[in-house]
Amino acid sequence: MKSVVLIARRELAGYFSTLSGYVIIAVVLAIDALMFNAIGLAGSKRSAEVLNQFFYLSSGMTIAAAVFISMRLLAEERQSGTISLLYSSPVRDGEIVLGKFFSGLAFLAILIALTAFMPALIFVNGKVSFGHIAAGYLGLLLIGSASLGIGTFGSALSKSQIVAVIISGCMVVALLTCWMLAHVTERPLSEVFTAMALHNQHFQPFQAGLIHLRDIVYYLAVTYVALFAATRVLEARRWR
Amino acid sequence: MIQVHGLTKYYGHHAAIRNIAFNIERGEVIGFLGLNGAGKTTTLKILGCVLLPTSGHVTIDGVDVVQNPHEIRKRIGFLPDAPPLYEEMTVGGYLSFVAQLRGVSASSARDRVLSAEQQMALREVDEEIISSLSHGYRQRLGVAQALVHNPALLILDEPNSGLDPAQIVEMRGLIRNLRGAHTILISSHILSEISQTCDRLLIIQDGEIVAQGTEGELAQKLGGAGFIELEVRAPAQRPVEALKAISGVEDVLVAGERDGVVTIRVRAPAELRPKINRALVAADVDVYRMERVAEKLETIFLKLTHKEAA
Repeated sequence: MKSVVLIARRELAGYFSTLSGYVIIAVVLAIDALMFNAIGLAGSKRSAEVLNQFFYLSSGMTIAAAVFISMRLLAEERQSGTISLLYSSPVRDGEIVLGKFFSGLAFLAILIALTAFMPALIFVNGKVSFGHIAAGYLGLLLIGSASLGIGTFGSALSKSQIVAVIISGCMVVALLTCWMLAHVTERPLSEVFTAMALHNQHFQPFQAGLIHLRDIVYYLAVTYVALFAATRVLEARRWR
Repeated sequence: MIQVHGLTKYYGHHAAIRNIAFNIERGEVIGFLGLNGAGKTTTLKILGCVLLPTSGHVTIDGVDVVQNPHEIRKRIGFLPDAPPLYEEMTVGGYLSFVAQLRGVSASSARDRVLSAEQQMALREVDEEIISSLSHGYRQRLGVAQALVHNPALLILDEPNSGLDPAQIVEMRGLIRNLRGAHTILISSHILSEISQTCDRLLIIQDGEIVAQGTEGELAQKLGGAGFIELEVRAPAQRPVEALKAISGVEDVLVAGERDGVVTIRVRAPAELRPKINRALVAADVDVYRMERVAEKLETIFLKLTHKEAA
């Protein structure tokens, strides 16, 4: 576990020692705020609806940010040759993946936390419960975690960050569009696609302020499977 | 300390190394010599637990690299062909990170970092950002990260790569200072480096070990421990005929002539020198100089690699 913390700490510091981390934060906050102002605050709505809209919009930005944050995690190590340092150190491949993932998750958590001024405005000027806000943020963190896990897997597959982000993007879009397939297929297949969809069925309760164990388990399962696959990719590279 | 038997590694259908075998004793400094693409880096990556072999056995201190790589990684320091550096970190921060990653406690890490910086003459750049370092410093930092946790075995893949002559001399001195504290396996195609730094050589060609031993042993294996060089005053024909008539002389070659003094190279055992002298005097040839010239490592290396390639 010490190695996981070491790797995560170094990686997290890396985000803030270069411009890339600040650029990602600035771009995401700017787009989030613009969309909140243009869509979330448009027309006359109840406070809870505005908050619901905020979490809906933020979830899209969180997924996109997670994919971009994760693209460097393992691809950059291979590109720069520093993966040899990790490979030759007494660190298990799973610990490398976990350390990288947690650094990305910590960065994403900071990014998500920085959006708090928008729900805070609704909280001060309207009438929403703290529980609704907490549930929404838990949902953002979970959907971000699942996307980051998928991104980590994509980053393990290629040493080019561009290729990694394309692979991860395709996988995330495939999971996002599962609900469309659910509409055009019959049961039981439609139920499988509904259950697999990254956003619709699993995120909507969070944005409405509801926490279901089923949705938490889904996001944690996607994260676990993606990180497990990333670990297997690292292990397989030692044979090539 | 290291036993390698039947080590083979395939990349797809291409065998990078085939059936390699060698032993290394504790405390030895071994030079791993080969042309580009000969299989040096693949072998070192397997020893460094970065790659797994297709077949064969490698044990370090009796521990198998396939069955227990985690245990072996604690005992080795590995410098790959390109130093694995995090550009945005400071030198001290980077070495501290590597030390802790390799099992040094946080409280002892600073002492280990200072020691490694001292050994590799990096103290003055402790606070510098790695991306601002010159190539020479980066190479030294690469070696420092390999030894920061004080491993029993140091595996250095081309530590002199890209260094200028002054930096090479400096690096040679720094590596020489590590002798005794570690077993060192160092690869290079800079032959003079291997010759001056190592106890023993492993020569690899086309994925196979073609020779191993000391410089002298390798020269012997190639059918001669050098040659005898003569400077004589006489028409070249006369000493050449006299020399060829001596039994035990394998070859006679006129290397040059200047102001009537002919330089001749005789491939023959060193103990034939008195006989050669007597034969030349008998042939009325004035001998100005006679010297035994040892086979240079570069010549040995080229002979070995060309012989195998042919």
